Amino acid sequence: MRHHRLALCAEHFLDWFVSYTQRTIEEFHMFSSSDRLLVAVSGGKDSLALWDTLARLGYQADGLYIGLGIGGDEGYSAASQGKAQAFADAHGLTLHVVDIKKTYGESIPELARRTGRGRGKPCSVCGLVKRHVMNRVTLEGGYAALATGHNLDDEAAVLLQNTLRWQTGYLARQAPVLEATHPGLARKVKPFCRLYERETAAYALVRGIDYIYDECPHASGATTIFYKELLNRLEGHSPGTRHSFYLDFLRAKKKGQLLLPAEEEPDLHPCQQCGQPTTAPGLCAFCRLWA
Amino acid sequence: MVKVIFRDKQWELRPGMTVRDAILKLGLDPEAVLAVRNGQLIHEATLTQDGDTIRLVAVISGG
Ligand code: SF4
Repeated sequence: MRHHRLALCAEHFLDWFVSYTQRTIEEFHMFSSSDRLLVAVSGGKDSLALWDTLARLGYQADGLYIGLGIGGDEGYSAASQGKAQAFADAHGLTLHVVDIKKTYGESIPELARRTGRGRGKPCSVCGLVKRHVMNRVTLEGGYAALATGHNLDDEAAVLLQNTLRWQTGYLARQAPVLEATHPGLARKVKPFCRLYERETAAYALVRGIDYIYDECPHASGATTIFYKELLNRLEGHSPGTRHSFYLDFLRAKKKGQLLLPAEEEPDLHPCQQCGQPTTAPGLCAFCRLWA
Repeated sequence: MVKVIFRDKQWELRPGMTVRDAILKLGLDPEAVLAVRNGQLIHEATLTQDGDTIRLVAVISGG
């Protein structure tokens, strides 16, 4: 059973991968062929493989690249933007680029340094800014959903993390589709949620997609990587563990077999500055960063 | 000999073992890398041959 799908020949693997993604889209009622989609593109294997697959399936999918300003002129951000733009150009696809420094005045590392958030790592600021920008561009562009390249390994790692801490609120919300529960929030979908990371990497390699191999320099020591390595070791002992851990969780949740707290509607109101929904009085967390 | 390249590291191994065994011998996790030979993805059960150059590509990303 060990990665039986990777034993397929290259051509059959590519066909299988694309149709399996389509089946996932249908099974979770993610979107239809008339919907316009925005794909969050980082220049890495998952997001470029997702954009490639959606385009091949005939969906109208534009890309969004967020320039974080990590690593200077020839560093990580510049290189990953180059990969994303080259992919868009080669396939005749539209890539929206939001450069954080040009748009808001500071790069992610500069913003993290000034605000002192995240104990020396820019990741918490980075995540907050990316979520805000993705939401804004999805809504402003009138897209039906924002599609992200999260794969089975990403989802299983988050599930393990949340389970070990019994984060029941997060467990209740973890799903392949996050509905727009407010007019100011974009719908989010994860069409690769049933695909192993090995499979998305293999797809990108076999398809000849030129993606950025290097990780963001701030990813080293990231908790997600630690949990993925743990799950890899489990998988080595009993193949299929990640798959059943995540998918049986989704099944049990759907059948009402998990007693998770009912999702309370948070009290959302528009941020006084940007208008995006926030629970905070006055400015949202994103606008407070720049205030 | 078989040359194996991963990130900025390089090793030489004797031929005739499976790709999976070669990865294990280098102390790497076979779940965490894919093997590429002559630009083609190769299966972990493939036997390495004298003169092969195998590039390992990291699978895990995070952050
Ligand atoms: S590793 Fe951290 S800083 Fe780098 S892209 Fe991811 S969240 Fe942003």
